[in-house]
Amino acid sequence: MATAAAVAILLLVSLLVGGYDITLEKLLTDPAAQEMFWLSRVPRTLALVFAAAAMSISGVIMQLITQNKFVEPSTAGTSQWAGLGMLVILLVAPESTPMVKMVVATGFAFLGTWLFLAVLDRVRVRSSVVVPLVGIMLGAVVGAATTFIAGTFNLMQALTAWRSGGFSGIVQGFYEPLWIVAGIAVAAFLVADRFTVAGLGQDMATGLGLNYRRVVFLGVIMVALATGVTSVVVGFIPFLGLIVPNMVSMILGDDLRRNLPWVVATGVALLLACDLLGRVVVAPMEIPASVILGALGAIAFIIILLRTQRASAAAPSLARERA
Amino acid sequence: MSTTVSPATTAPAAAEKPRRAPLSPRARILLTTAAVLIAVVGFLFLFIRGAFWFALDARLSMLAAMVIAAFTQGVGTVVFHTITGNRILTPSIMGLDSMYTLSQTLMVFVFGGAAVAQQEGIGKVLAQTALMVVFATILYRWLFSGRNGSLYILLLVGVVFGLAFDSIAVFVQRMLNPTDHDLLSAKLFGRMGDVNVSHLPVAFVICAAVGVILWLRRYRLDVLLLGRDTAQSLGVDHKRELTLMLVLVAIMVAFSTALVGPMTFFGFVVATLAYQLTGSHQHRYVMPMAFLLGLLTLVVGQFIMQHVFYAAGFLTVIIEFLGGILFLVLLLRKGRV
Amino acid sequence: MISFSDVTKNYGETRVLGPVTATIPEGGITSLIGPNGAGKSTLLTILGRLLEADSGSVSVGGLDVRRAKSAELARKVAILRQENHLSARLTVRDLVALGRFPHSRGRLTVECVTAVDAALEFLNLTSLQDRFLDQLSGGQRQRAFVAMVLAQDTDYILLDEPLNNLDMKHSVLMMKQLRRAADELGKTVVLVIHDVNFAAAYSDRIVALRDGLLVHEGSVEETMTAEVLTSVFDTPVTVHTIGCYPTAVYTH
Repeated sequence: MATAAAVAILLLVSLLVGGYDITLEKLLTDPAAQEMFWLSRVPRTLALVFAAAAMSISGVIMQLITQNKFVEPSTAGTSQWAGLGMLVILLVAPESTPMVKMVVATGFAFLGTWLFLAVLDRVRVRSSVVVPLVGIMLGAVVGAATTFIAGTFNLMQALTAWRSGGFSGIVQGFYEPLWIVAGIAVAAFLVADRFTVAGLGQDMATGLGLNYRRVVFLGVIMVALATGVTSVVVGFIPFLGLIVPNMVSMILGDDLRRNLPWVVATGVALLLACDLLGRVVVAPMEIPASVILGALGAIAFIIILLRTQRASAAAPSLARERA
Repeated sequence: MSTTVSPATTAPAAAEKPRRAPLSPRARILLTTAAVLIAVVGFLFLFIRGAFWFALDARLSMLAAMVIAAFTQGVGTVVFHTITGNRILTPSIMGLDSMYTLSQTLMVFVFGGAAVAQQEGIGKVLAQTALMVVFATILYRWLFSGRNGSLYILLLVGVVFGLAFDSIAVFVQRMLNPTDHDLLSAKLFGRMGDVNVSHLPVAFVICAAVGVILWLRRYRLDVLLLGRDTAQSLGVDHKRELTLMLVLVAIMVAFSTALVGPMTFFGFVVATLAYQLTGSHQHRYVMPMAFLLGLLTLVVGQFIMQHVFYAAGFLTVIIEFLGGILFLVLLLRKGRV
Repeated sequence: MISFSDVTKNYGETRVLGPVTATIPEGGITSLIGPNGAGKSTLLTILGRLLEADSGSVSVGGLDVRRAKSAELARKVAILRQENHLSARLTVRDLVALGRFPHSRGRLTVECVTAVDAALEFLNLTSLQDRFLDQLSGGQRQRAFVAMVLAQDTDYILLDEPLNNLDMKHSVLMMKQLRRAADELGKTVVLVIHDVNFAAAYSDRIVALRDGLLVHEGSVEETMTAEVLTSVFDTPVTVHTIGCYPTAVYTH
């Protein structure tokens, strides 16, 4: 209940606050305010909602598939691959429609996620914190390649724009592709049970009659699509898919069908808060939401990490992390 | 031991066909040293266009920078691999690269592009190094000395801080004007070409000091390969050694980054090659080999880039790129993590 | 001898061990038995100074494990734990040679080479000594690690579930080799072991733990009784003499 209320309040504030404050009164009377509202505020807020949903859902799906709490699009290389895709299409066919860009970005994101899973399959991992390390290193490789290409072809400004994903440029006519995320969210809800079972591991899931490979494939497609679309419209959003599912899981456990609405709501609230913070702190300038998220997300990640370790250390066993 | 050993017991071992490659590690190191010397001579004296002493001078400084880079990154990565028990990580993921990027970005933002375009005084370089080392040390003490001290948590936290620094840095970069942005970009890739010559003596002293410490502890490093418990059982104070090694690696990588720029995968490439080519696990062979291979790679690479491709400034970028691919390939083959 | 008194260990709020007090005499094999979570591994690890007790004192061969230097202890006691994963590729000989570190600090002397050869010979690894560890079977790998411990040439050897990944045949072989180490080389061997019957067949003394407390201590005859084992393991156990060994039966 509290979350729903928080989300509602944040939504309202997001719609009203900004360089040009709109009060309810102005909304009803001033045509300029109304125009601002429909052209900029609503799309922006909707974009925030969809982007948050996209990254949060991606995070929770990836965590179920890899059985690891620290995996999400930016710690598995997925986001970085999407960025590379965007750069490539900018290079090869800069005049493409957003649709084409999204397809390419999604394709790259798909490839990257598949690569990450293949690596996890092959590599015997001794400790759960090694998994995100591997993913981050993969991301670093792709990031280096992307930076190199951008540097060579004079696309650095475009790259930095993508890297600090923000919502200040969102207007009507630009954000519509994000509605796809709504479709992904619905799909995720419909097949939630299968992901939950997949989260038990390949052997157990197969034993329960699940077509494991197919469910994983479906999951990867959904994650790639969500990340690809968000990349094109908004840019790089770090950590959201990590923080939100973990927060929800700590309270509600790991049943996806039960969690999904909460994951989406919490993600939306968090991103709205970060965006608002960015809008307000150095007004009239803006700090992009992803920068705030990067800084705060880092702290949240570390807290989650240390909490998890402390919890497992309190168990009366000597299975400590190997140095 | 009360069991006596007769010569007959050891004879079968000698008669057995050894499964190692024929060349001893010592021979390999000598061979590699020879190759390095040839490469260095070629690099310094071949294809000199224009004024002889001027060109030689420039090449010597570049060589000095390469020596330092090869030592710090190559040996640093080998030691890092030993203490983490993991050969797919690189020391730069601890967040040191990102910290460097952020501090450079902030400097450009506050003082303008000119501030970083000039040659930096040795004081500034040392200050940057110190800053990175302090960051790393605080991190280690906080995360590693606690009861649940885990190296991987330490690394992960370092990585995450790195990501946070990156986020902020990228944002600040957006606000720079194009000239400043370009000046900054030049700084953010490793560059061998414009090392300040006055820094070199200090650099050599630091490298020599670190090298001596590592050499004296070479056998302890071998024992560390066995993991925390076994090392402890063999009488090595695991926590103390680890802390010392982490600090040394941080110093090496931080100094290299401050002097020559960030090079994430170079050390990884060199270390991987060293494991393959040394023919022994012992650090008294692997560490020198890593240094030699690193130097060889840089010298030959720079030679090729300069005279075959006429792209003198791009060496480190290429190495990073190839190193990244090597890393990916290594992970996908049957990986031992 | 190994003596410990009032040793306790907590993880967070939970007391996992203690207070326990006992003495393990010199020579022979002593086995620590007990159900899961009894604290056997915890105790062994504390005795081997890999873990610090929250209270109490431990002395091994006259050395206080809390105060003595690790290097000095390494010449007195060697401990081998269960998981041994290596990132570097070592041959069997490489591994066993590393066991000499407490004595040679790295430079192998003639005496070290002799010790390494002897350890390899003792565990029938001489023909395998140049193979890489990852090319060996589980049983062979385990033997290699035990050979390393033997090469360390300590009076006291502590092993945490040495039979864990071994099949029947190799378990018997390992226990026989540990028995030889105690009898021929005069080592004091302390094992944590799950299989009570192996403990009974090869040990001199058995120490039983349950819920972190020491519930029984004595010779094999004294321990291998239905009353003791049933109370230790909280399940009906009967003991029969088969051949000349007391054998516990608990599967009904």
